[in-house]
Amino acid sequence: MSDREPALLELARRYEKQTGKKVRFELFAPSDAYAQRIKASAQTATLPDAFGVLGEKRDFASFIRAGHIANLTNWLDTNEPFWRDRFFSRALDVNTFESGNGFEIEPGLYGIPIDAASIQMVYNKRLLREAGVPDGASLDSWDEFRRVCAAVKAKGSSCLVCGFGEVWMIEALASNWAMNIMGQEKVFDTYRGLVPYTDPDWVRVLGLFKTIADEGILMEGSVTMANKMAEQPFANERAAFTYNGSWCANVFRGMNPDLEYAPMLPPRVNLDRPMTVWAGAGTSFVVNARTPRLDQTLRFLLWLTEEPQQTFLAQQTLNLPVNPRVVPALSPVLSAFADDIESSTHPNVYPVHERAAVSEAFQKGIQSILIGQQTPEQVARDVQRVKEKEMGRTA
Amino acid sequence: MMSLERFRSRIGPYLFVAPALAFFAVFSAYPFFKVFQLSVTDWDGISSGFRFVGLANFADIFTDNAPFWISMRNAAFITFLSLTVQNSVALFLALLCDRDIRGGHVYRVIFYLPPVLSGIVVGLIWNWIYDGQYGLLNHFLRWIELGGWSRAWLSDPQLALISVSVIHMWKGFGWGFVILLAGLQSIPRELYEAARSDGANSWVIFTRITLPIMIPVFILVSILTILGSMQIFDIIMATTGGGPWYHTEVPITRIVQTMTVASEFGYACAMGVVFGLILLAVSLVQIRVSKMMRQL
Repeated sequence: MSDREPALLELARRYEKQTGKKVRFELFAPSDAYAQRIKASAQTATLPDAFGVLGEKRDFASFIRAGHIANLTNWLDTNEPFWRDRFFSRALDVNTFESGNGFEIEPGLYGIPIDAASIQMVYNKRLLREAGVPDGASLDSWDEFRRVCAAVKAKGSSCLVCGFGEVWMIEALASNWAMNIMGQEKVFDTYRGLVPYTDPDWVRVLGLFKTIADEGILMEGSVTMANKMAEQPFANERAAFTYNGSWCANVFRGMNPDLEYAPMLPPRVNLDRPMTVWAGAGTSFVVNARTPRLDQTLRFLLWLTEEPQQTFLAQQTLNLPVNPRVVPALSPVLSAFADDIESSTHPNVYPVHERAAVSEAFQKGIQSILIGQQTPEQVARDVQRVKEKEMGRTA
Repeated sequence: MMSLERFRSRIGPYLFVAPALAFFAVFSAYPFFKVFQLSVTDWDGISSGFRFVGLANFADIFTDNAPFWISMRNAAFITFLSLTVQNSVALFLALLCDRDIRGGHVYRVIFYLPPVLSGIVVGLIWNWIYDGQYGLLNHFLRWIELGGWSRAWLSDPQLALISVSVIHMWKGFGWGFVILLAGLQSIPRELYEAARSDGANSWVIFTRITLPIMIPVFILVSILTILGSMQIFDIIMATTGGGPWYHTEVPITRIVQTMTVASEFGYACAMGVVFGLILLAVSLVQIRVSKMMRQL
């Protein structure tokens, strides 16, 4: 979150000027170090009034169960009756536990998002024009995408660069295609253990990565690149496509302000179903359940989500606002990212979650397909074996 | 009643060591034993409570955790290369600098620079060198007409581990160099002069004088190399993240992944205990071998 530091410090200064209340921000990077610090603070009961929880919904639930995070619903309903109007509903969903959630958490909202994020494909307009693809041409289908990639490569550029060294990005893209191919209920049934990973639909999802490897669609070296490294070749116009979060707008502004690019949904394999990408809250603050300043903390967090502050944050950090009323003031690129937020999904809103060991086997398995080490069928069998073992462990 | 003088002489020494003892107890002994305690639980690192699972974590590690043992094998491979290639280079350079060559001090500084750099910085620099399309190494290969050998070094399943090993050795040889050079310079010059006056050539001097005297130094360097190489972490995180697949995973990356991503803190502690015991066993074998070599 360190790229947001100047903007947040400025907002804290403005809040103090308006209300006389001093707010102290502490920002940490990298995210792993921050996550460990928060866990350590939780153990020693020294958590700040508001903080962010990094990690999966499971970790979020553990913090709540341990009594570290307050349920905000009652306070909001009492003090801000129309509070929902100032948020994209998807951004709230990420911080919400519905009734009947599998974590045995009291239903309610447990975090206030201050910005949003959406993970999509991004394409370089100039490289596509050079490859004979005019602006505004449809790149909706997988077959069309492959044809464009071949044309881009024929012009001497790489087609797709991704930070697949960060394996969660592999899972994000694979899950987009899985939902497109088989529908989200079948994906959830797989997580529940009702559909095996050896199902033909899952093999088809894995097979897309084999096609990517066989046809040289992915830039050489992408399989171990961190996302930060993968952003460079796209910004330097060496690759025509990348798969990245909306935060890349800020990165590309710094690396190449003249870059002509736009977001698009990943190409659909099944044209009868929509493409649903991951999106939702970017940064959220939860409130320490033990703080004596709950009221003041929530008033400050809500102030951050008002239009003037959201506009300022979006303009300074190029992150998506969480307040939909600010969207008209955004740049065309950010507006395009924001377009699909309400029709998106996110692992934190799934009704069921895959076990970490299974996710890892799936992600690493796709890496092994991309380097030509395993076939989709082999990976599907390996993942299913891990799935059965994990289900046995928790049975 | 105890006189003040007697009290001082009896209790005083304990008071002096008490602060150090307290620090040791809080920051070394307590975490050490806590890891053992947590290793038999299912703690997730956040919750206030946890469940006792007996030896289930250890049983799973030994019977059904292939990635952990792949990571051990990878670390052993890096350690083997470091022990042989890295330390041979360090010894060779130390032997060169032990002679009265011009600019010897400059070389010493240059050779000692890589260990001083942060592992993350070194990893990022080598990412650029190894880059598949625009990397310095591939550029050099194309320049010497060996463009056919160019590749994405860190993503190639056959070469990724060797590639990160090269980074580790480049970063680490300076330590061995400094220790070995100090050992070489402690050898009395009279021994060399006497051997030469007896007609010994350079090879005989090296094998009959230098090597036997240097054995304790070799042992020290070997132990440090083993412990340092088995615990490699930062370079892996800055280059491959353990991939592709598990080709560059090492034990510490497995433990961190289990702890932070999977939130299985208890299981990660069990992995740490197993890893620690393996390092202890290797060190004990090393000490035993060193004692035997001293007796030869």
